[in-house]
Amino acid sequence: MKLLVCICKTPDTTAKISFTNDNTQFDTNNVSFIMNPTDEWYALVRAIEVKEQLGGTVTVITVGQKDLDQIVRKALAIGADNAVRVNAEPTDAYFVAKQIAAHAQGENYDLIFTGKETIDYNGFMVGGMLAELLDLPFVSLANHMEIEGNTATVSRDIEGGVEKLTVDTPFVVSAQKGMAEQRIPNMRGIMMARRKPLKVVEPVAAASLISTKVYELPPERKSVKLVDPENPAELVRLLHEEAKVI
Amino acid sequence: MSNITETLTPTIQKRAKQDPFQYHDYYQIDDLLTDEHKLIRESVRSWIKKEVSPIIEEYAQQAKFPRHLVKQMGEIGAFGSNLPAEYGGGGLDDISYGIIMQELERCDSGIRSTASVQSSLVMYPIYKFGSEEQRRKYLPKLATGEWLGSFGLTEPNHGSNPKGMTTRIKDEGDHYLLNGAKMWISNAPFADLAVVWAKDDEDIIRGVIVERGMEGFTTPETHGKWSLRASATGELVFDNVKVPKENLLPKSKGLRSPLTCLSSARYGIAWGAIGAAMDCYDSALRYSLERIQFGKPIGGFQLTQKKLAEMITEITKAQLLAWRLGTLKNQGKATPAQISMAKRNNVEIALKIAREARQIHGGMGITDEYPIMRHMMNLESVVTYEGTHDIHLLITGMDVTGLNAFK
Ligand SMILES: Cc1cc2nc3c(=O)[nH]c(=O)nc-3n(C[C@H](O)[C@H](O)[C@H](O)COP(=O)(O)OP(=O)(O)OC[C@H]3O[C@@H](n4cnc5c(N)ncnc54)[C@H](O)[C@@H]3O)c2cc1C
Repeated sequence: MKLLVCICKTPDTTAKISFTNDNTQFDTNNVSFIMNPTDEWYALVRAIEVKEQLGGTVTVITVGQKDLDQIVRKALAIGADNAVRVNAEPTDAYFVAKQIAAHAQGENYDLIFTGKETIDYNGFMVGGMLAELLDLPFVSLANHMEIEGNTATVSRDIEGGVEKLTVDTPFVVSAQKGMAEQRIPNMRGIMMARRKPLKVVEPVAAASLISTKVYELPPERKSVKLVDPENPAELVRLLHEEAKVI
Repeated sequence: MSNITETLTPTIQKRAKQDPFQYHDYYQIDDLLTDEHKLIRESVRSWIKKEVSPIIEEYAQQAKFPRHLVKQMGEIGAFGSNLPAEYGGGGLDDISYGIIMQELERCDSGIRSTASVQSSLVMYPIYKFGSEEQRRKYLPKLATGEWLGSFGLTEPNHGSNPKGMTTRIKDEGDHYLLNGAKMWISNAPFADLAVVWAKDDEDIIRGVIVERGMEGFTTPETHGKWSLRASATGELVFDNVKVPKENLLPKSKGLRSPLTCLSSARYGIAWGAIGAAMDCYDSALRYSLERIQFGKPIGGFQLTQKKLAEMITEITKAQLLAWRLGTLKNQGKATPAQISMAKRNNVEIALKIAREARQIHGGMGITDEYPIMRHMMNLESVVTYEGTHDIHLLITGMDVTGLNAFK
């Protein structure tokens, strides 16, 4: 099996988020970045499991600048075999999908994984666009997948239940919780990652179709009012008159 | 009616409690580390938060050794990380080794002790003083945690002065006869083998590998410790133990040999102690911002700020000391006296920080809701073993004056 996993970075979940240039740009000063968790825990680990079960290679691909190399190294330490970095600022989902499609064309991957979403911009888009650009089937939000021969059986959560479907390889799948469990790289893997190939390629021409106008932070939480437990009438009054929920 | 046996030995389960630790890099020391160093730190920290933090308080409370972690430590690569990969080691540099120790001790000095002993005091002497056959026989299994080792130097009557040891190996032609006893030996009760230091017929200190199951070899556990409770400590007792000749470490000769191992372990402790200090500081800082007294967070009072300011200052200094020492060690230039200084300083500041952090936590600081009291008690062992604080002062004293104050 020839497997491709799309990975990217997101701010560390403890990072303080702020914006610059009249709230049009995310301020990356003093923000540390991690591998997008859904890419790492679900897509990458499931791809490695498939390789362990059926043999093959796992390639990771990312679109971004040199600072992403540390995230790529982590993916290699977890167990990917080789990596490709498209050396360009990932401006929007279409631009990213175009770059990955340009690499995947002609590589004949049996299976392409993305995470369900990035946990910063929450676009859910790259997987679907990539499938369209490569003219492949797309299964989104998969939480379980088994492969036999050329056919995969995939489960996905739908409102109020589970959908099970079958799909033939090659296809694109976006992975979510349930697909696999986080693997922590060990020292041996980290050492071996040093020698695994990381190819840096220049981007193909592609338009960015979307530009951000402005970011807004959610409103600050209002301060908490404490009500004397001896005075339930006051609580009812506040809920009625101020919170207006009863 | 409660079941007495059950209340005495409740099963140890993971607590729902999260490990909230956050790293404070006051001097951007991360800029001095490589991406690989940071990945190592992140990996060990994730493993600790997932597997060890949820159970450590229970094991420490019950004075039990979390034996199941030995294999896991092998898997993550906490054993012999700076030894060559061909013997199962990690092939990483000395700063990586230090970072691993820091992250283990950030959780618990006992967990770090298990890894220190296995790496620096068991694998390292076999690598450094052992034959090629010994390396191939023991190192890979010690690296995976399939075997656990211990290091027997200290004796009931010879602690700070190991040169006076009375444990002996007698050449009996086709084997050695080993007699004597070692005390205060980490990992002893569960160890599959021990690197034991004993005097030969010519009064020269040599190292031998003693395996569990050899007749006359027992490892009684030491009970009643208020410190390193999640690490097992015991004795090694040798009553006419026949040790095959091939178990002698051929290149070991004189007190220098065990002291070389101690230098390697002390280097790890210099990093490890920073971990314990960071955990105490992080917890104290968080508590000081949450705990309200006299209408404001206690972190707003000058006396609390003095404590916190001194803590982060000392941690930063200790980090720089460890980083510089690691850089020297990577270049093969770190001297035993330099390592001694870092061990002494970093353990001392960690112990002081633990005591101050305990005060900031008020009454809560004595409970196992917070890691402070455990760190504080653990560090009382760390300040004593691998050379007491005062012995390390004498090492620096001798180094700078050229005069020996030991005797
Ligand atoms: C939990 C734990 C685990 C341990 N694990 C191991 C292990 O795995 N392997 C091992 O071999 N050992 C181990 N040790 C032993 C440890 O290394 C010794 O306890 C330590 O070397 C001190 O020896 P001692 O306890 O006999 O104290 P002593 O040497 O009796 O020292 C008592 C006091 O006298 C002081 N003192 C001694 N000599 C001088 C001097 N010349 N000048 C000034 N002051 C002096 C010391 O600083 C100390 O304050 C462990 C100890 C503990 C507590």
